[in-house]
Amino acid sequence: MTDEIRPRPHQHGFPTPEDLPTDTGREQADSTDVYSDGTEVEARSQWLLFRRKFLRHKLAMGSIVFLFIVTVLAFFVEQITPHAFDEPNILMRQTAPTFEDWHLFGTDQIGRDYLTRVLLGAQISLRLAAIVAVLSTVIGVTIGALAGFYRGWIDSLLMRITDLVLVIPLLAVLLVASALFGGGDPVRIAILLALFLWTSLARIVRGVFLSLREKEYVQAARACGASDLRIIVRHMLPNTIGPIVVNLTLVLAAAILIEATLSFLGLGVNPPLPALGRLMDDGRSSMLTSWWLIILPGVVLVSIALAINFIGDGLRDALDPTQQES
Amino acid sequence: MLTYALRRLLISIPVVIAATLLIFIAISMSGDPLADLRQQPNITQEQIDRVRADRGLDQPGYVQYIRWVEQIPQGGFGEYMISPREIWPDLRRVATHTLQLVIGAEVIAFGIAVALGVASAKRQYSVFDYTTTTISFVGYSMPAFWFALILQVSVVTIWQVTGIRLFPLANLSSPNPGTGFAFFVDRVHHLILPMASLAIFSIASYSRYMRASMLEVINSDYVRTARAKGVPERRITTRHAMRNAMIPTVTVAALSFGALLSGAIVIETVFGLDGMGRYFILQLNRRDPYPIMAFLVITAVVTVVFNLIADLVYGYLDPRIRFD
Repeated sequence: MTDEIRPRPHQHGFPTPEDLPTDTGREQADSTDVYSDGTEVEARSQWLLFRRKFLRHKLAMGSIVFLFIVTVLAFFVEQITPHAFDEPNILMRQTAPTFEDWHLFGTDQIGRDYLTRVLLGAQISLRLAAIVAVLSTVIGVTIGALAGFYRGWIDSLLMRITDLVLVIPLLAVLLVASALFGGGDPVRIAILLALFLWTSLARIVRGVFLSLREKEYVQAARACGASDLRIIVRHMLPNTIGPIVVNLTLVLAAAILIEATLSFLGLGVNPPLPALGRLMDDGRSSMLTSWWLIILPGVVLVSIALAINFIGDGLRDALDPTQQES
Repeated sequence: MLTYALRRLLISIPVVIAATLLIFIAISMSGDPLADLRQQPNITQEQIDRVRADRGLDQPGYVQYIRWVEQIPQGGFGEYMISPREIWPDLRRVATHTLQLVIGAEVIAFGIAVALGVASAKRQYSVFDYTTTTISFVGYSMPAFWFALILQVSVVTIWQVTGIRLFPLANLSSPNPGTGFAFFVDRVHHLILPMASLAIFSIASYSRYMRASMLEVINSDYVRTARAKGVPERRITTRHAMRNAMIPTVTVAALSFGALLSGAIVIETVFGLDGMGRYFILQLNRRDPYPIMAFLVITAVVTVVFNLIADLVYGYLDPRIRFD
């Protein structure tokens, strides 16, 4: 990074660690600086501090492991379960969870293996949430960055648009959009969701940018003649990454829950794809006799959302500079 | 304060107008509103043409928009597309029911959340604190309809096992609800499960805010002063700390009111309540644009009004906020 504006040694009058004699001759890249009097000072970068705090967050770590396992199961469902998701077994209709024929989650009303259907539903949810997260982050960061960097009328215009989107009742509008413009396809639902889930991120990024743009290093970059785009992408965005990542987890969880709700109301992902919300809607008619039809997809859905929220919580704690390591 | 309130009110008006425009463009212009009508076998081309002319659908878009929007302040949303019935009487009936549900849920959520938030802040890092934190995370991560279904299954199971029917599973009233107080009790009895399902997400979110702001207040100088001069701990909590700590929670509650209306769509569907949400889903399935737009306008206006209330209440409760 040759363009980084770094203060020259001694410019500020104090000796920096690199000017002090070291008796080991180790390279500066090493994480430990040894001063002449023998005290060792570990160079702790932001990233190191963050990593250390995050790795200590047990719930977040456990959630990552859990989410990884669920994701692998969901994406390799065809290799894992011996049944196809739409293969009915007339002899074993509405069977409670059993080891017989590996129907670990039981079967539905026409004897399709419920484990396969639930895992496929989880796969749909995860895929869809990933698309929503990427798209809404791109939209939110772009709008927030433009508003915070340029201020003035661009800021006013973009923030009024954000206010307007926030006023619109989310679920109702999604239902209308899905009904009128045709939902059904997971990718189309994901795009619809992304068009409404960028608002909070745009506000956050704008807030951070408003304070960053007055910082000396941004002024310095501007004085050096860096272009606006370069200042935004190279200098300001990296310092916004924390809130963006935390928001990403919130959007992932929200997208999964909203998609389930849309599918439950019959306006989300269409059959034959077994979205989790759709499974629960189908299971409703016989939920009093077959508890697994609504409980199991719900448990899978809630665990995924919960794991994502725990990871977000761990990230938030690790990124919070006011929380010191103990 | 008064000028600030007036200015905020004036800013809200263009937002509402923009929202109606957006809603109109998105819904009325997005397709052929008569497509459904055309597919019905016993409707002739002549009848379709008459509906078109009646509704002004042959006129340019902005004329249609003005025609539609100018009747709203006069307290109406026009008639249904197919039948010559007014939308407003239906909408008023279902809106009353939804209001009962949503206000009940909001009150329950706020009460429980304040109690939970205060209790876990007072015992920070205790088992109780960790338990409520975990439960609120679950509340965050749970779709409301799933919780509603589980409540229904539980009530039926209890009924089957013990013979006691705790709560009704559907409808707003019994066949003979009675009048006066008996009617009120009957309505509350019917609404308890829906209100609980709707409140669970709000409890999870409000209690987080309450805990955070309570922690901030507890560690502030004036609370330490109160403690130092010998004010009883109980009085410190209720009179000194809780009142200030509630300010952000009140704001969040007001800002979330619109979200509760969205939540009501799902909950009313699960419990078969004759409310705005279920009405909306019914009209959506009939693809009638006018009642759909009416629903969206009402929810948007309610959201704007509650955003306004949130701003004003915040300033009123916290005199440190300066309006300029």
